[in-house]
Amino acid sequence: MKPSLGQRLDNGLRQFLPVITVLLLALLQVVPTRIPGFAHVAPALPLVAVFYWSAYRPDLFPATAAFAAGVFCDIVGGGALGVQALIFLLAQGAVASQRRFLLGAPFVIVWLAFVFIATMAAGLAWALNSALAGALAPTRPLVLGHLMTLAVYPPLAWMLARGHALVLGRV
Amino acid sequence: MKQHAGATGRLAVFRSAVQRFTFFLLVVLSLALMLVGRADTRVIERTRMAVLDAVAPVLDVLSRPAVVVAEVAGNVRELAQLRAENERLRRENQRLLHWQIAARRLEGEMRVLREQLSLVTDRPPRYVTGRVIADLGGSFVHAMLVGAGSQQGVRKGQAAIAGDVLVGRVVEVGERSARIVLLTDMNARVPVIVESSRAKAMLAGDNTSRPLLNYLAENVSVSPGDHVVTSGHGGAFPPGIPVGVVASVAEEVVRVEPFVERHRLEFVTLVDYSFPGLDEAAPAADAGTAVAAGDGGAGGDDADRDDGDGGAGEAGAAEAGARPR
Repeated sequence: MKPSLGQRLDNGLRQFLPVITVLLLALLQVVPTRIPGFAHVAPALPLVAVFYWSAYRPDLFPATAAFAAGVFCDIVGGGALGVQALIFLLAQGAVASQRRFLLGAPFVIVWLAFVFIATMAAGLAWALNSALAGALAPTRPLVLGHLMTLAVYPPLAWMLARGHALVLGRV
Repeated sequence: MKQHAGATGRLAVFRSAVQRFTFFLLVVLSLALMLVGRADTRVIERTRMAVLDAVAPVLDVLSRPAVVVAEVAGNVRELAQLRAENERLRRENQRLLHWQIAARRLEGEMRVLREQLSLVTDRPPRYVTGRVIADLGGSFVHAMLVGAGSQQGVRKGQAAIAGDVLVGRVVEVGERSARIVLLTDMNARVPVIVESSRAKAMLAGDNTSRPLLNYLAENVSVSPGDHVVTSGHGGAFPPGIPVGVVASVAEEVVRVEPFVERHRLEFVTLVDYSFPGLDEAAPAADAGTAVAAGDGGAGGDDADRDDGDGGAGEAGAAEAGARPR
């Protein structure tokens, strides 16, 4: 039986879930919180989604999607253009290449893998932004923000997994 | 069968080669973006503002619950301290009433003196107030997105103030949103004076919460607690906007604690102090005007002012200019 137009449209939208979640988290990251000092150490929410989808649905989150999402994050975040694009791209490549290992691994191991990727990402972001600005960026907020990112991974990954199961069905 | 498997194998090899090539191409593309973005071309700026304009309504909606939560928490806190707060306000009111009398007297005196000197006063500035819809924080940028753009009269280079203290400067303007670089940003340079000694200096952000006071004359003594206000050099900001207080002085390094409390900013007022005629005369002088003019010293500043005088008095004293100063 041929799927109806509505079904096809629905399927099409579902395919974009990974990209949509990354973009939404990018927007959520810059929402003013009114918490003193929070803006300096806000966690890198989109990176969690990039990691998650690269590991579990690289077919729906290919390199091109990672790049596009990165450019969007660069624009919304106000940082140097191309930096997040490169970071997401490299993260997507690294995670997708290790997905066989990640899929069977217990949660703690996956989390450790995220710690590794996020640390590399933070270091690269610092180096690239400092080089492009021609001055060293302060490291204290970077480290605090990085720790926030690592802490936010378990609950956010859980939510992404729920959304994944709900909208796309487990693969 | 074997042939079929061979074809599939070749296809897989081909696909992985394409994937690798795409990946490599995208890496090169992001590096190219970094270089192009560094050059700050108009195309990049326009694209960036178009994207920000498109997401501005979403950000506007997203930023509202945060406000409500903060308000409720604030209300509860305030209730607990109502009595003490009342007492404090009463005392403050008394003190301010004295100041008001002094200010009235000085205002009258000033008017008389100005008349005697036939002083040409600056035209009243125009105000546009916008809600903060995004806080672009982190180690690399200190900026904010405001939900008001060129449609509301926001222009590049306008000063951003909140409750009379300096917040930053408008660097990019879309149709319904504008990006403000805060005082603390690595790229922010504000010509200031230390109020007690009238010493000129340049306030330079370095992405920490306390910007540096640079180019301070050597024989000037600065001590913690000294007020820092804009000097008006460079023409981007008028003189006398409160900026902050000197927080620490240590071997040539002077840091200033800004008055603006970033997390409290809900609305930001964008003020057009620029001299009319300046924009038309020098369309190329965009993004880093304050930076360039400030660094360049007195020569450039004077030129700016001369330009301004030529066209003074035209363009809009209209709109929301009624605010008392």
